[in-house]
Amino acid sequence: MKAIVNVSLKAGVLDSQGKAVHHALDSLHFSGVNDVRVGKQIILKLDTDDKTAAMADVTKMCEDLLANTVIEDYEIELV
Amino acid sequence: MKVTILQFPGTNCEYDTQHAFEGLGATTEIIWHKSESIPSDTNLLVVAGGFSYGDYLRSGAIAKFSPVMKAVSEYARNGGKVLGICNGFQVLTEAGLLPGALKRNDGLHFISKHHHLKVQNNDNIFLEKLNNGDVVNIPIAHHDGNYFIDPDGLKDLYANNQVLLTYSDENGNSKNPNGSVDSIAGVCNKEKNVFGLMPHPERAMEAILGSDDGVKMLQGFLNA
Repeated sequence: MKAIVNVSLKAGVLDSQGKAVHHALDSLHFSGVNDVRVGKQIILKLDTDDKTAAMADVTKMCEDLLANTVIEDYEIELV
Repeated sequence: MKVTILQFPGTNCEYDTQHAFEGLGATTEIIWHKSESIPSDTNLLVVAGGFSYGDYLRSGAIAKFSPVMKAVSEYARNGGKVLGICNGFQVLTEAGLLPGALKRNDGLHFISKHHHLKVQNNDNIFLEKLNNGDVVNIPIAHHDGNYFIDPDGLKDLYANNQVLLTYSDENGNSKNPNGSVDSIAGVCNKEKNVFGLMPHPERAMEAILGSDDGVKMLQGFLNA
């Protein structure tokens, strides 16, 4: 099983990189973009097929290391 | 007076820090991050600047799991004095020893220059040789120095006089190089024994090199 973890800055925390990318898209005349958020994706190959156990493990990994929950949110997808 | 300085893979300010404290008359020891204990005669523990673990994942994120960090937490919990400079500040926030977090600079650039700082609270050992409102000139050199804390946390910082230094111009007016909340450059914990700041006082020890304002800051620790 694989866990795909998406980490991004919390809503309300200014995302300077997102702002810069938005600005660059504007200068390239891509219209219709209302907001850009830049995050990171971490892909973990797990040796279990037990979704409940995997979710518990990966949640702990996010809380302890993969995200800084002071400024970041995380989403976990198991595939 | 014994100053112990932590060294992670990627730390690069440990020798500057050592030179600065030895110039003030302290004895020093640099310890590798694999050490599981802090020398028992340590009076001040410094987490020096640099790029521990290449800033991978987040600045300071991996260093917090180094073997030595358990001993650092225990040392701090027992009232030991800890100072984190630049990457050291990032490590201490990641480890939960200081509140808040350091984000990418708002302008997205690495900033390396002298910057003025205003002393906000001197009722602590670090800044006791300075007066509130004093302006000092100290180099900054960081990419992730944008201090963030949520509104409740910020209220706590003010209520407990934990805001140590803010970025300013030479007259003490607020001037924000990196987007930090309220231009905050350094904070301490509630107990006032753990200190962190992004600027580098250890690089401001000799007037001939641009500023010796770091002397009064680091000297505070030596009379402890």
